[in-house]
Amino acid sequence: MQLRINQLARIEGHADLVVDLEKGELVSCRFEVVETPRFFEGILTGLHYREVAGVVSRICGICSHSHSLVSLTATEDALGIDISDQTRLLRELLLCGELLQSHLVQLYFMALPDYLLLPSLIQAAKSDRTLLERALRLKKGANAICEVIGGRPVHPVTLRVGGFASLPERKELLQLQQHLRNLLPDLEETIDLFAGLDIPLFSRPVSNVSLQGDGGYPVFGTHMESSDGAVLPVAGYVGQINERLVAHATAKHAEMEGHRYRVGSLARLNNHHQGLAPMAAKVAAVLRIGPGEENPYRMLLARLVEVVHFVERGIQLIDRLEDYDLAPEEPPLPRRFGSGVAAVEAPRGLLLHAYRYGEEGRLLEADCVIPTAQNLASLEEDLAGRVPEIAHLEPDEVSRQLEMLIRAYDPCISCATHLLRVKYV
Amino acid sequence: MNRKRVGFFDLTGCEGCQLTVLNLEEQLLDLLEVIDLVEFRELMQDQAERLDIAFVEGSVVKPAEEERLRAIRAKSERLIALGACAATGGINRLATLHAPDHLWSSSFGRSEPLWEMGTPRPLAAVVPIDGEVPGCPIDGREFVSILQGLLMGQELEIPTFPVCAECKLAELPCSFEQGAPCLGPLTRSGCGAVCIRGGDVCRGCRGEVDNPRSGPYHRILEEHGWQVEQVLAELRIYPHQADGDDDAAAD
Ligand code: SF4
Ligand code: SF4
Repeated sequence: MQLRINQLARIEGHADLVVDLEKGELVSCRFEVVETPRFFEGILTGLHYREVAGVVSRICGICSHSHSLVSLTATEDALGIDISDQTRLLRELLLCGELLQSHLVQLYFMALPDYLLLPSLIQAAKSDRTLLERALRLKKGANAICEVIGGRPVHPVTLRVGGFASLPERKELLQLQQHLRNLLPDLEETIDLFAGLDIPLFSRPVSNVSLQGDGGYPVFGTHMESSDGAVLPVAGYVGQINERLVAHATAKHAEMEGHRYRVGSLARLNNHHQGLAPMAAKVAAVLRIGPGEENPYRMLLARLVEVVHFVERGIQLIDRLEDYDLAPEEPPLPRRFGSGVAAVEAPRGLLLHAYRYGEEGRLLEADCVIPTAQNLASLEEDLAGRVPEIAHLEPDEVSRQLEMLIRAYDPCISCATHLLRVKYV
Repeated sequence: MNRKRVGFFDLTGCEGCQLTVLNLEEQLLDLLEVIDLVEFRELMQDQAERLDIAFVEGSVVKPAEEERLRAIRAKSERLIALGACAATGGINRLATLHAPDHLWSSSFGRSEPLWEMGTPRPLAAVVPIDGEVPGCPIDGREFVSILQGLLMGQELEIPTFPVCAECKLAELPCSFEQGAPCLGPLTRSGCGAVCIRGGDVCRGCRGEVDNPRSGPYHRILEEHGWQVEQVLAELRIYPHQADGDDDAAAD
């Protein structure tokens, strides 16, 4: 029997799922990435350093802020530019906005319909709009952050190398903070809803990789760590993370020191649960999700804990920004044109950009390691591990369960295809 | 009332334009009262057999996408390009400025093609279209007004004056006066000059106005001693079809 789903719905980007079974035995299971590559690394070459972040932002509309922020940081590293605390805080706040935005879209619009046995939230709204309205209210809070700090919800316009080209007003920040506080009742409803979902039982141990948190929950950082205890400098990623090209995908699979691993919300939560904000920590306890979680389907719940965390963190960051008299800053000038690397925790996990600049500040070479590419090997193995457990069910139920597993990973295919350089291993 | 059947489709792009539609939030709820949303892969599993209005995001690159686009065209009364990738080729056309072996080796580590690579093209290069929503990403408000017009059977209209006019209206300081080149004088307005408002310059994501070299704002360039070509050399991240050498990446 062959089970084939072309152009999977409710995921970011284009991918097919193909499962071959013979007499109930799994022959092969492939998550085929069919997205058209856009050769971003190639088209970045020759660009002036001012233009790079704006172009890489267009790799993916859902992670545009993460790409912009990691790009600016890598460029600043290459140019010897230091940024102020004010810039750092504002950038972190912007990243909170994107993590929230992306997680909420995934949880409500992409994942939830599987559990409610609906083709979409929009279909569901034909009889009852409560869910859709709540999802959009929450999402609006996330967008408000991106608009106030980044200038618009998709593809920010206020960011520049060395700082910000325009700053939010104090009044806007306070309104934003109130807006975030007002989300709490909707968050409570969301937690009740997800706590009641019938999440399949399945267990697949894997190592979890995230940035180091410096005591808090990881966002930006110079070192990555794995749940096996390894700590690696981001700058030395070459040789640590290997990407291989697989025949059935236009994206690549990444391995670290020869092992598959997982990045993203569950990896962050696994490695840094002690850095969660107070309410998020309580929610994690209620949902019974924490270190040692081995069920990939439960990644949804890790994402939900993070939603609570990043709302709290956003509120905290605005408090801290209150202590600064936000003032425009002259962008620092480059001290050199060399190489730089930076990493950020994007919604789907560790995202790394490395650049080399030549004289006149034009980009010579770019390399990017994308969260979804790091997760593909693990996802495919999970799918292959799950098939035998459910092969006896009706085909529709088999596909539903496999699609749920894929969506639990929240793959971002636009990103995965566009920016990987293969190192043949 | 017979609701119009509306669908969203994506070819090669970043899905930022579709996300902008989802980001309409309350306005989206209002729209759902008057349209029947029948297809939107990112959000729904449904597939429609016939549509009144299809919004298509992204450029056409691979032959398979040409076929998909033709199939969408065949089942849609009106087909509208959603965003720069679909309307002009958008940022994807940066690839036309590089040789294919450079693109392959920088992205995939080898200079021989791994599969057939096409040139990123706007939708109109493959099928006739009934209009466009410009921008990278699209402007949400403009999208709503275009959709409302379409629902009322009006012809689709987009602004004909350049971004400079919106800057002046909003009393934003001119980029040129601050020594920074800007594509505002050549670019179709409608975005509220959002980039300039954010402290940046215009990079021309909405495409050129109809007669860029004869409009009243063109002289801003000359007054500040800039030639069009110089500004483009600095800021061209949305290469226009006219300046692309289509053969370079077509291989
Ligand atoms: S026009 Fe811009 S925002 Fe829209 S899909 Fe293309 S790259 Fe993304
Ligand atoms: S200011 Fe220019 S680049 Fe920015 S959105 Fe408007 S047309 Fe596009």
